[in-house]
Amino acid sequence: MMHRGGLLLLSRYAECLFWLARYMERVENLARILEVTETFVRHGADQSGWRSVVQINADEERFLEKYGTATAETVLRFYLTDRENPTSISASLFAARENARTLRPMISTEMWAQINMFYNRARELMADTPRPSDVSRICSFLKEGCQAHAGITEGTFFRDQGWAFYSIGKYLERGDQTSRLVDIKYHTLFPSVADVGGAQDVNQWHAVLRAAAGYHAFRRVYPSGMTPASVAGFLLLNHSFPRSIVQSVHQIETYLMQLGSGYGLRGANTVLEHLEDLRAAAMDQTIDEILARGLHEFLDWVQMRFLDVADTMANVFWRVKDTG
Amino acid sequence: MTVLPEIPPGLLTAYDKGRFYCEMMDGAARDPRIAEIARRIAQIAPDDLKRRAGIAESELYNLGITFTVYSDRDAIDRILPFDLIPRVLTPAEWDTIERGVRQRVAALNAFLWDIYHDRNILRDKIVPEHLVLGNSNYRPEMIGLDVPHRTYVHVCGTDIIRDETGGFLVLEDNARTPSGVSYVVENRHMMARMFPDLFDGIPVRPVGDYGMRLHTALTEIAPSGDAEPRVVLLSPGIYNSAYFEHIFLAREMGVPLVEGRDLIVEDGRVWMRTTAGLAPVHAIYRRLNDEFLDPDVFNPDSMLGVRGLIDVWRRGKVAIANAVGTGVADDKAIYAYMPRIIRYYLAEDAILSNVETHICGEPQGLAFTLEHLPELVVKPVGESGGYGMIVGPRATRAEVEAFREKLLADPANYISQPTIGLSVSPTLIGDRLAPRHVDLRPFAVTGKSTWVLPGGLTRVALREGSLVVNSSQGGGSKDTWVLE
Repeated sequence: MMHRGGLLLLSRYAECLFWLARYMERVENLARILEVTETFVRHGADQSGWRSVVQINADEERFLEKYGTATAETVLRFYLTDRENPTSISASLFAARENARTLRPMISTEMWAQINMFYNRARELMADTPRPSDVSRICSFLKEGCQAHAGITEGTFFRDQGWAFYSIGKYLERGDQTSRLVDIKYHTLFPSVADVGGAQDVNQWHAVLRAAAGYHAFRRVYPSGMTPASVAGFLLLNHSFPRSIVQSVHQIETYLMQLGSGYGLRGANTVLEHLEDLRAAAMDQTIDEILARGLHEFLDWVQMRFLDVADTMANVFWRVKDTG
Repeated sequence: MTVLPEIPPGLLTAYDKGRFYCEMMDGAARDPRIAEIARRIAQIAPDDLKRRAGIAESELYNLGITFTVYSDRDAIDRILPFDLIPRVLTPAEWDTIERGVRQRVAALNAFLWDIYHDRNILRDKIVPEHLVLGNSNYRPEMIGLDVPHRTYVHVCGTDIIRDETGGFLVLEDNARTPSGVSYVVENRHMMARMFPDLFDGIPVRPVGDYGMRLHTALTEIAPSGDAEPRVVLLSPGIYNSAYFEHIFLAREMGVPLVEGRDLIVEDGRVWMRTTAGLAPVHAIYRRLNDEFLDPDVFNPDSMLGVRGLIDVWRRGKVAIANAVGTGVADDKAIYAYMPRIIRYYLAEDAILSNVETHICGEPQGLAFTLEHLPELVVKPVGESGGYGMIVGPRATRAEVEAFREKLLADPANYISQPTIGLSVSPTLIGDRLAPRHVDLRPFAVTGKSTWVLPGGLTRVALREGSLVVNSSQGGGSKDTWVLE
């Protein structure tokens, strides 16, 4: 099945598909993180819960400059409504829609219409600074919008190499975000390390699982008890959990191989080489080994590797080298 | 006067077309099927019509049949207002328009070939030499260049109006990158969704194959030798106000929408950057003005074009549609000579007449215009979109006098025409139907031969009494039906 002439993909479109998927996935995950943080704080964690959202997204410097202290109000504004913050949901949705606009010649009409309506509705919903009591409602709306996008895309988007670029973007962002979701627990937990295994600690892991829509699946795998190690292990390493890092890496690998052998894109092998460390680390380590070496350090490293894979994608497939 | 006793009381009861030709009421007298359509419309409850109009409007937004206005913080989508009452043409009327448009396109192409080769028409003094060679849209780069099938104007939009007797007149030719065809097709889709009952038992000629026809024409001009030529649509990108149309056409043709940065010239060919490396491009439907196409030849600051493109084109290794340099043919000054140009090349009389036109660059034309300024429409020759013009009868005395000075400062920049009482069509205004002026832009596609999309874009001036149908001046559009 070599590529036919008509099915070539413009490099710029590959880039836009990759980013469209990333931005939509980012919106969904950020909504999950804000929702779980609101739960943390409501259930007794102090306001540092909000600060940790800023920390795990590595946005501290920009946040401090603009807002100073991390409170529910400032963090929600920074991540929900602040269009000047490039990592906010508003900015991500805007970027998703602009990428979709560029891609309109190749995505389905239904995909565009949904993103367009989703964006406009979200814009209305987030016109005012949201209060903590709105968070759950807004985040549910955002998750649903992203899921509708995913469903329409799955059902209508033509499966040529564009689909692979889209999927790689999606799983790369998802893996990265899962690592951050787990990391938020680490940050929140850190000040009270003595509490490990205590009631509050378990509550928080519970919330993280629910934020990742993994609670019931986790129960099926571990019907009795819940330890930090089992939850972290599940979120990071479970092969069947759709948001695990192992699953993300596996999907990225599959689609890269499809680009390489199915569409004859030799650059895919270069990206696969850059994925290899991540694949090995995710496949070959147990959660106990990871915890022993430091969960936070591991997650940090995972995020660096995802960054490297994304950068390699850009270099190989769409960054224009100035031939001068 | 047309009397239509058979129209039942309802939406059209209080409708008064005035002294103008009405596409529906006068049309009804010409074809019983138009009378039937009028009857159906008359019986719609006003609330129902308003409800359908509201749904149509939100669909246009949701589907993104829009143009986008960018501010520093946001991208706001706007729609071209769509009126649900169709404009209907009889088969005989369409036959005249279609033959007239074909004839005009043939003459435009013959004229362009001539002025970039032997210049016979100038030597024979049919058209004044300075109007052509001194025209800012005359491109010396085109001299001696042989374009395939001698076609320069691959897509032509001919703006046609009707006078008070219903006669068709050509208002202008658009031979550069005319836009609006996407609305023709989308309006039809919208009508089929919103008003399926209106079509019942009335066959209307389809418009859905425009993309295929355009793609065929582009493959006909692509360099021979390539088994399956690769066609692309070259767009300035998402910030262009016609971006929706670019998307529409790329999709309908099934070809990539590229920007200048996606293309590169290497080894005497044009290539596009794909994930698999460079892939050859054989034909470019460009929606970019001449001056932005190639910084080597035109505007050196243009970031939108492709360096070296024109050179490859000149060597016949890529096709470009429309050809460079067509702007001289659709110039408002040349327009005045079109009946003579048609006769010169085709030895036929023009099937579609011109509006009587006075060239202010010529002494008699200027004198006449100055004398009759309050009665005339005066337009700058180099503008489009209805900018910079004055409609004498609708202008205040002060406006007329201010315009007189502008005209005297640069007479060669203007032409004048009598105000034509453009035909009207019933249009939903508030909760009733009122007459509003319309024009018609049929689209002709030419590769080896010319095909005309049945119907075209009907633009409607939504403001009461307004004769300016341009979207930039408060115009909307209607679906245009050509009856089988």
